[in-house]
Amino acid sequence: MASVAELLEDKRVCICAGSGGVGKTTTSAAIAAGMAARGKRVAVLTIDPAKRLADSLGLPELGNVERQVDPALFAEAGFDLGGGELWAMMLDSKQTFDEVVRKHAPDEETRDRILSNRIYEQLSAALAGSQEYMAMEKLFEIHAEDRYDLLVLDTPPSRDALDFLDAPKRLTQFIEGRALQVFMRPAGLGMKIFGRGTSMMFSVLRRITGVDLLEDLAEFFQAFSGMVEGFRERARRVNELLGDPRTSFLVVCAPQGEPISEAVYFHRKLVEAEMPFGGVIVNKVHYEGELPDDAGEVEAELAEAVGGDLARRVAENLRDYAALAARDRRNVAHLAAELRTRAVIQVPYLDEDVHDLAGLMEINRYLFASGSEERTRIAASA
Amino acid sequence: MIVTGKGGVGKSTVSLALALAAARQGKRTVLCEVAAQERLSHVFHRAEVGFHEVEMAENLWVISIDPDESMREYVLLQLKVKAMRDLLFRSRIFTYLAAATPGLKELVTIGKIWELALDDRKVKQGRSYDLVIVDAPATGHGVGFLQTPRTFANVARVGPIRQQAEILDRFIHDPKRTGVAVVALPEEMPVNETVKLERDLGSEVGVEVERIYCNGLYPERFDDDEAERLAELAAERGGPGRAACRAAVSESRRARAQREQLARLEELTEAPVTTLPFLFEPELGVEQIAALAAGVDR
Repeated sequence: MASVAELLEDKRVCICAGSGGVGKTTTSAAIAAGMAARGKRVAVLTIDPAKRLADSLGLPELGNVERQVDPALFAEAGFDLGGGELWAMMLDSKQTFDEVVRKHAPDEETRDRILSNRIYEQLSAALAGSQEYMAMEKLFEIHAEDRYDLLVLDTPPSRDALDFLDAPKRLTQFIEGRALQVFMRPAGLGMKIFGRGTSMMFSVLRRITGVDLLEDLAEFFQAFSGMVEGFRERARRVNELLGDPRTSFLVVCAPQGEPISEAVYFHRKLVEAEMPFGGVIVNKVHYEGELPDDAGEVEAELAEAVGGDLARRVAENLRDYAALAARDRRNVAHLAAELRTRAVIQVPYLDEDVHDLAGLMEINRYLFASGSEERTRIAASA
Repeated sequence: MIVTGKGGVGKSTVSLALALAAARQGKRTVLCEVAAQERLSHVFHRAEVGFHEVEMAENLWVISIDPDESMREYVLLQLKVKAMRDLLFRSRIFTYLAAATPGLKELVTIGKIWELALDDRKVKQGRSYDLVIVDAPATGHGVGFLQTPRTFANVARVGPIRQQAEILDRFIHDPKRTGVAVVALPEEMPVNETVKLERDLGSEVGVEVERIYCNGLYPERFDDDEAERLAELAAERGGPGRAACRAAVSESRRARAQREQLARLEELTEAPVTTLPFLFEPELGVEQIAALAAGVDR
């Protein structure tokens, strides 16, 4: 059971989530290409695809607008798109943040004050989760335009996959900072509210931070205060979209111990946050397929054909491979048990990096296979 | 020595290998984990590595640098009057400011690293170390992390934070005291990131990368002719021999693809590249990492 096509049937949004370095971007692109080849109008929002892959799909570096992948590329790779379309966009989070400020700013003066504030300059890059939030902001915007059957979001490579879920909340909390805002008011108002302790507090803070830093912060919060409502409302609607039954989270991971633990943790957080979990994709798996148990026997058998020295190295390689395959099997079994799901899709460790549409379609033989038996068969005959 | 790199390249493992190698040469070494990764306690089978240095092996201490603890320590060292400190710690506004100011956490983290590296430690009865190794946050955040002191010095135009930030900025930029190493993998994206990271560190932070560790390199078990022979054999044979030959062909292809990426890495970066072998052990413990440590000195 479980092919990506089944998992995404009737879905409008697919979010590929997981820790860095597990092939999330490639998986997102492959899913989008696969769904397009099934007649859907699909857009994939990606963060930082491999240049060779982006080039081969004819996509420029950044831009924050969707570009259509030439249907001729599908024809060349031997796929009939039917009515399907594949669009792709590379997300520029700073630019998105600027757009959001422009949209919510009550007037031009406020907008300019924010965009030129030094705290703001750092904020879009430095505040944990702001890149994640901007990815979802863009997702929400494109979803609202209703031009696609399916949106696939490749989440940013954060250290912690959870930054992504908490991002809207964290950002609004940061901007809401009412306590600080009152405190920062330049006139005596803040002092009155907080009493004598605060004025002493203020002098202590001055001593530590320096006055200018406080002033910049104060200005930033004052300028932002008019936009808090807009931001909060927006974040609420973004969250609604994430939790919608027509959204599906696919957790992407690799078969090593650490990525597996992170996938388990992330799945738990998804469930706690009542987000719709679809399934898990494990990349770079060493398939066991028809691996022989006894490397010694293989060595003896091959020695006749290729000589003892080469046969010995083949056997040695087989032992190493088998050790990794056994580790992968254990880890994946643990993952399936922890997640209580049968929707575990294993993609083998391919011999070469994926860098064109044909490569994505090769991955799709596994992603869109009807079940694990079919996948094992494909791997064995590859 | 600050060790950085893209997520998932084995940065923590290489940091630990470097620390073990230095400790075994008799250098008093402290390894710093940043941002509560808690990987070290896992490797050493210890319940917890906290904000205080714990001795894990001869000459090797580890510490997990928590930004809140660093902030607290900084304030303690900054404010001598106890009443003022208490007032500050009790205050919600202080907590808020500390959390809200972009980069402040990174700044105090770097501050703690600087403090660990001092011959004359600020912390009472602090041990002096010959070498501090930092398992830095993954890139993306990596350049930003090292840039923090300069950004802060610019934002806080006057005051003690500015002075402190300037000290830290000089510390990071002093090649006699601080070096940056980057961990990479011999794959397309990690190579691209490493090339970009080296450039950004040069142009945006103004530091030179001292060494690049290319991690997880497969052995070259088969030459091209042998690989071809095994591919033919896999096509004509059945049974166990076939699967074994296919596994060999796969590995030789990956090993070759890795060599191409390694060549790109060496061509496109300035710093010397040290390769580290792929470890076939299912899980890495101290012993496997110690084996790796033997390779990091080359």
